[in-house]
Amino acid sequence: MKILQIVEQAFRTLVEEQDDTILWLTQSMAGAGANVEVLLSGNAVYYAVMKNRQPVIKIGDWVQQEPADIPSDIDRMLAQNIPVYVLNSELEERGLNASMLRPSIKSINQVQLVDIYHQVDQVWQW
Amino acid sequence: MENKKLTFAFMDPPFENERTITFFRLVDAALDAGADIQVFAYEGAAALAFALQKAHGNSVHHRDTEQEAHPLTKDWVAALQKKAERLGRQLDWVNCGLCVDERGVNESIPGCKRGSPADLWRYADSSFNTLVIGTR
Repeated sequence: MKILQIVEQAFRTLVEEQDDTILWLTQSMAGAGANVEVLLSGNAVYYAVMKNRQPVIKIGDWVQQEPADIPSDIDRMLAQNIPVYVLNSELEERGLNASMLRPSIKSINQVQLVDIYHQVDQVWQW
Repeated sequence: MENKKLTFAFMDPPFENERTITFFRLVDAALDAGADIQVFAYEGAAALAFALQKAHGNSVHHRDTEQEAHPLTKDWVAALQKKAERLGRQLDWVNCGLCVDERGVNESIPGCKRGSPADLWRYADSSFNTLVIGTR
């Protein structure tokens, strides 16, 4: 069975969980044998162009030691052969384009997205 | 034989928003419809079955603890377990283990297990469909 994970809620939990919790879930499921693909949607398309890990947060005297590292999470998913897609239209409406994407992330159009929907068994919208 | 197993992945905590009661009503309705249910409680939802939840009175309502009869999600989980048993259906509930650790909500009511995303994959793979309800 193949699952398409649609990650739409961007930057949720990045400080507290030190990652995007659905990207983490996806890597963990893939490690357990799940056949998963990822569509970064909405503001989560920013994940596809990020180059740096999150800045360190300070709250009072407390200083975060290991902030989230989305580029590394994306690279780990790609190394697990998890396809990662973004919609061209969602990049463009944010002033981004496919040339800015991290290597191996696939930019697709709406018609190609329909094909992906047909190829998977379940679509999970997070 | 028809697969009547349905998986829910739910992320919201108790006492925060309308999705939580909607999730419970969906599970209740799915049991009525004859489905076996598998729940993966992720992130804040890992606290839904926390055994130390405590009802309180409410001075604004002019009611003491007994009169207020404050709802607790652990009681809803228990009620669904009881309903599933009465109907001869299966209700499996797994809390994300790391999620309960970081929240200190390890003590779940009986029948709720500790697990991992591998359980969500196993649940989904054995179900006819999966509904994920993320936080917003």
